[in-house]
Amino acid sequence: MPNMSPTRNEMPVQAPDVRNKNFSEVALGYTEEQAIDEAKRCLGCKNKPCSTGCPVQIDIPAFIAQVAEGNFAEAYKIITKSSSLPAVCGRVCPQETQCESKCVRGKKGEPVAIGRLERFVADWHNAQPEAPVEKPAPNGHKAAVIGSGPSGLACAGDLAKKGYDVTIFEALHVAGGVLSYGIPEFRLPKSIVQKEIGGLKALGVKVETNTVVGKTISVDELMKEEGFESIFIGSGAGLPRFMNIKGENLNGVYSANEFLTRINLMKAYKEGSATPIKAGTKAVIVGGGNVAMDAARCAKRLGAEVYIVYRRTEAELPARAEEVEHAKEEGIIFKFLTNPVEIEATEDGWVKSVHCQQMELSEPDASGRAKPVPIEGAFIDIEADCVIMSIGTSPNPLIKSTTEGLDTQKWGGIIADEDGLTSKEGVYAGGDAVTGAATVILAMGAGKKAAAAMDKYMQSK
Amino acid sequence: MFEILEKRSLNPTVTLMRINAPKVARKAEPGQFIILRTDADGERIPLTIADFDREKGSVTIIFQIVGATTEKLNHLNEGDCLQDFVGPLGRATETEGLKKVAVVGGGVGCAIAYPVAKKLHELGVEVHSIVGFRNKDLVILEDEFRASSSKFVLMSDDGTAGEKGLVTDALKKLIESGEKYDRVITIGPLIMMKFVCRLTKEYEIPTVASMNPIMIDGTGMCGGCRLTVGGQTKFACVDGPEFDGHLIDFDEAMARGAMYKPFERHAYEEACNLFKEVK
Repeated sequence: MPNMSPTRNEMPVQAPDVRNKNFSEVALGYTEEQAIDEAKRCLGCKNKPCSTGCPVQIDIPAFIAQVAEGNFAEAYKIITKSSSLPAVCGRVCPQETQCESKCVRGKKGEPVAIGRLERFVADWHNAQPEAPVEKPAPNGHKAAVIGSGPSGLACAGDLAKKGYDVTIFEALHVAGGVLSYGIPEFRLPKSIVQKEIGGLKALGVKVETNTVVGKTISVDELMKEEGFESIFIGSGAGLPRFMNIKGENLNGVYSANEFLTRINLMKAYKEGSATPIKAGTKAVIVGGGNVAMDAARCAKRLGAEVYIVYRRTEAELPARAEEVEHAKEEGIIFKFLTNPVEIEATEDGWVKSVHCQQMELSEPDASGRAKPVPIEGAFIDIEADCVIMSIGTSPNPLIKSTTEGLDTQKWGGIIADEDGLTSKEGVYAGGDAVTGAATVILAMGAGKKAAAAMDKYMQSK
Repeated sequence: MFEILEKRSLNPTVTLMRINAPKVARKAEPGQFIILRTDADGERIPLTIADFDREKGSVTIIFQIVGATTEKLNHLNEGDCLQDFVGPLGRATETEGLKKVAVVGGGVGCAIAYPVAKKLHELGVEVHSIVGFRNKDLVILEDEFRASSSKFVLMSDDGTAGEKGLVTDALKKLIESGEKYDRVITIGPLIMMKFVCRLTKEYEIPTVASMNPIMIDGTGMCGGCRLTVGGQTKFACVDGPEFDGHLIDFDEAMARGAMYKPFERHAYEEACNLFKEVK
């Protein structure tokens, strides 16, 4: 008999006024009892609408049925047939617009908490003693993956499982890409990221950090001199955008990338860290995406009073509703319909305040969102000693500019077909490097697709 | 691992290290830089490549002990390994079409100016090197510069080495005496480069300055190293580190360079105290 409660099991979380002072994980995860109870809310629809909403088509009803029976190991097996990073995706996927948005239970009440169940299963698995991994028999082919973010990890994992000799090249000193430098510890503990990467290494995947492809070695050299038959480019969209307004280069102004990298990759939030960070006493974050929420919540944890300045209204915020909710609970103040036009300086070149134009909404623009237009003569000043620009990122041009024959879009994205094949034979690409900034799960899906195509390519050679 | 193959003290505050880094050595060119970490908890610091040996697979760095990380680095010895060493990053010095160049270096910046002078000399370019130091104890690479320059001028603030005065005085004298340079390349403290650029602007001599701002990743990801060049924001790590000296906003660069000064001073003192206790 299914559990017909219209509401889902609450996720235990750290209290807002406690968690906004530490970097430990906010959500604490279901207990076994909560997971089983939640799993029983699934009706096991034959046509699996939830799975159609999943970018990697996890057999969701099947894994949930196993959770309902307490067969967590079996549930894990089902998830990992389709997903390479369940502990990550269970935490950072926008389930409310994907699988959960298609759940039949959502029509009269709340959808089954699929994301929370995925996370539970992955965490349960990670808590078990490590079973020895069987290395697949080598098939004698060599493939390279550039970038160790979600798309690269997914691609490398799938190729390794098929017996390929896979090497991942990573520019930074730690693998994980945005999972390591971007998403904060309180949303995605770094131990989980390293555990997933450890799993790949156990499959035989080699990870070469400190290697900037395009500088240390080129794509052509990897193929011609190092003997890689096929290459996947998953170099992400790491180039921060700025508003190009006056005062943006003042001391105290960061890109969200720099602010988050200092905190997440370099551990600047820890006492005695060698890398400095200045969140100031009053921080203004410009932008309304998930990255803006992350930056705001980090600044709060470092002791600042935090404002998020966004030029549209709450309804248009691109961030996940859950992230916005968490940010509000933690005391972040939102200033909607507000757009910075200048950052004003103190005498010694530091940020003093942000001069903002007040906006109103008019007709929807090309993106389908209501277009913000200035209200003539309406300005406000927000005092601040730290400003964090979080208005998006573009693909890094480093690989494009050093790889002959690799075509890109005008805005920098690598041109690739459905399977990830680029304009260069044997070279595939996926994730943010192709699409521009998107989600972890879409990048992972692209990595898996490319892995399948690379397998075909190398086998047919 | 990135083993320290050789360590040499050039003066009381400047140290040379030759590091085993074959992949970096294979691609390195004058003007480019590396990023290193001394240990697993260390910060990432950029240092310009002072020399490289492709056959031996080594890269030479020269650093001044100014903060906690360079203090820690200076406590490592031959046989020790660096945690991370990545590069070569940034763009190489452009040398095409040059016939006569003045290389103007100041202080530890001479460590970066030298490989540029050397490469130009090897390419058959006429090189005049003008280098300045505070006093005779701080002079580095004098013999090396002499070997790579058809004219060498040594300046010091107090007159204890070479002539007394600033590098700009020497450069001005050379220009006034009729020397015609198609480019001036300047590397050193921001304030020195600012005045070199101001001088060469008067004479309309194209000038390149090598910038060394605060940086984290060195691949264009953070934007911490941004500076204004000709009214546009540029990233030193990928667009530079060398820029048209007549277009750089040096005052902004100087302000940005001081962003973490109190933190750095404190960290440096702590590191020094730590090493004192160990002794």
